[in-house]
Amino acid sequence: MGTVAIYSLFIINKSGGLIYYKDYGSAGRMDTNDSLRLASLWHSMHAISQQLSPTTGCTGIDLLQAHNFDLHCFQSLTGTKFFVVCETGAQNMEILLKTIYELYTEFVLKNPFYEMEMPIRCELFDLNLAQVIQKDRVALLGR
Amino acid sequence: MIGVGKAKQYANVLDKPLGRGRQEVSLSAFAFLFSEVVQYNQTQVDNIAELERRLEDAGYAVGARVLELLCHREKGNRRETRLLGILSFIHSTVWKVLFGKVADSLEKGTEHEDEYMISEKELLVNRFISVPKDMGAFNCGAFVAGIVRGVLDNAGFPAVVTAHFVPIEGQQRPRTTILIKFAEEVIHREARLG
Repeated sequence: MGTVAIYSLFIINKSGGLIYYKDYGSAGRMDTNDSLRLASLWHSMHAISQQLSPTTGCTGIDLLQAHNFDLHCFQSLTGTKFFVVCETGAQNMEILLKTIYELYTEFVLKNPFYEMEMPIRCELFDLNLAQVIQKDRVALLGR
Repeated sequence: MIGVGKAKQYANVLDKPLGRGRQEVSLSAFAFLFSEVVQYNQTQVDNIAELERRLEDAGYAVGARVLELLCHREKGNRRETRLLGILSFIHSTVWKVLFGKVADSLEKGTEHEDEYMISEKELLVNRFISVPKDMGAFNCGAFVAGIVRGVLDNAGFPAVVTAHFVPIEGQQRPRTTILIKFAEEVIHREARLG
């Protein structure tokens, strides 16, 4: 198993604005503009997929599989989207996204200095996120 | 205590003994409420010092009430009259009721005779709070400092109480120290009592 399972993490607000982006060593580094563009593109694609769905009650794309990466997406009830870009076939990404969502509710939403829908700059969120990602990597290494 | 049919009927509500109350409340509920308190106060002030003062005042009212309640509940309507007594009352009894645990440490200041410090590795009110860099040394522990000042002041120990972040070696997060500086008269009285 490779050492790096997760390439990057994005959090986008309900109107498609990027509010958090973290790179964990993806091959082609993106600049700020690229990441913003990608985030709003994903937001639109997610919305279109709901409309295109042949069945009712579609909540949008959960997983996008490409030749050399997977993109796992989780949308909260309020429309905030969390997605990770990772290696193909990486396991337990749904659980990881839920854990990140939990950290978001704890250290971002309960922080009086955070303004809703704005970019996330919370030290405690960064610290705890780093720990979770680290743990995830350790778990993968141990297999 | 709340057994069905066992509850004694009291004609007057004042005769009813004070129950111990529910010992725990939801941490999330508290965190959201406290967050709102901070946000509301932020809209009412122009600078950080004023925000600190407002949070402290909010805590002061809690402290005054907590002292009254705990003297009745835990100490049989008596209160501490000596400096070390009241400090350990805050460090253990008050902390336990408010935060579910005894404070991490209570120390005497090394430089000044009239200074004492209560330190907490992770203060409950700061559990979910990240202070932005542009707010400098602001600490929401000002609320807790206010509680301590409220208890002390109403017990007859006027003091200036402030909350500070103190970095610990090898740790990413600083601890919070509540610094208590007693008024001159308190120190004189203590010296007289011997």
